[in-house]
Amino acid sequence: MIWSGLFERWSKRRSCAIRAGVITVGLLGGMALTGAYAQVSQPLFPSARGEQCVEPVDVMRRDHFEFLKHQRDKTVHEGIRTPRHSLAGCIDCHADKDAQGRFVPVNAKGQFCQSCHVYAAVKIDCFSCHAARPSERVSQSP
Amino acid sequence: MVMDMKDSSPASARRTFFTQASAGVALLALAPGVRLVDLALARVQDEPASATQRWGLLVDVDRCVSGCDACVSACNTEHGLDGNERPQTDAQWIRKVDLVDNNTEHQLSLPVMCQHCEEPPCVDVCPTGASFRRADGIVLVDKHTCIGCRYCMMACPYQARSFIHEDLSGQKTHAPRGKGTVESCTLCVHRVDRDESPACVEACTDAGHEALVFGDINDRNDPLATQLAETTTRELRADLKLNTAVRYRGL
Repeated sequence: MIWSGLFERWSKRRSCAIRAGVITVGLLGGMALTGAYAQVSQPLFPSARGEQCVEPVDVMRRDHFEFLKHQRDKTVHEGIRTPRHSLAGCIDCHADKDAQGRFVPVNAKGQFCQSCHVYAAVKIDCFSCHAARPSERVSQSP
Repeated sequence: MVMDMKDSSPASARRTFFTQASAGVALLALAPGVRLVDLALARVQDEPASATQRWGLLVDVDRCVSGCDACVSACNTEHGLDGNERPQTDAQWIRKVDLVDNNTEHQLSLPVMCQHCEEPPCVDVCPTGASFRRADGIVLVDKHTCIGCRYCMMACPYQARSFIHEDLSGQKTHAPRGKGTVESCTLCVHRVDRDESPACVEACTDAGHEALVFGDINDRNDPLATQLAETTTRELRADLKLNTAVRYRGL
């Protein structure tokens, strides 16, 4: 009996210490993370051509891939090639030109797609197949 | 539309009916007036491909010239099929085949590409549903779901499909292609969707041979359907009963 009472007291003290430890580590970790977050700068990318995106900016930030996926199925399977929500449409507006006036791929360093996806640590797989520069139609326009 | 409402004779009633009916017809005629533009464009941009059409190709072997590869190079240019000088593995959507009859030494030259079967074996064997037949009969690969298993390449009796073995760059906007997926002739689906002929057909006409005719098999007024109805044409491997959309004349 005496042994069990001692053990109970010891385990209580132990769980208290563990709880305190967890809180300390959590607080320290949180502070460290806040510090790290503050050090990561917001992604910078060239401004788009055109005045208005096809959807509000906050909707596009969260759901652009839903739009792209929906449109891709409609295009591939049904042949609906409307420019709104198409990847080609995104690239037509968001591709930047270099000093020589040539289009830079949207997945190149610092460009529209790449800069945000690096910030969010998301790998883009679109451009192993899709053109990352605007279509010829846009490229030839002044 | 002047109507005398006081007159209640049967003739007048009939006249009123006709006047109203003609107004209705005029209203109806307005809508088809707009529709005519759509018909000229074959399909509205946001309308899905329809099973009322079936796109097909007629190859006139008598007009096809041995040594001419205008169709092949046009296809390569259109889709950015830049080879790596490795014919064993380079993508090939259309190829020229030369045949010689050993008895008579009669020579034939013809292009062979995806035959856009009504019962495509590639679609039957595809484990992911990536190989599919569009409503208007064009057989395609959805590269988003293709896992590169190449069963379709084994199943195709025409060896029409290619596998992309290497990383690519500089793809065309209208022809996305990438390593690890299978591809084949799309009948230039991006051009068909904007009411143009495939690149090979255009190149053959430009070269002055006119050995390729593109059109809608289901439309009796289409030049292709007319020619198919008037002359004897053959399917390659007709014994397989695949009902191909590419037909050959003079073979």
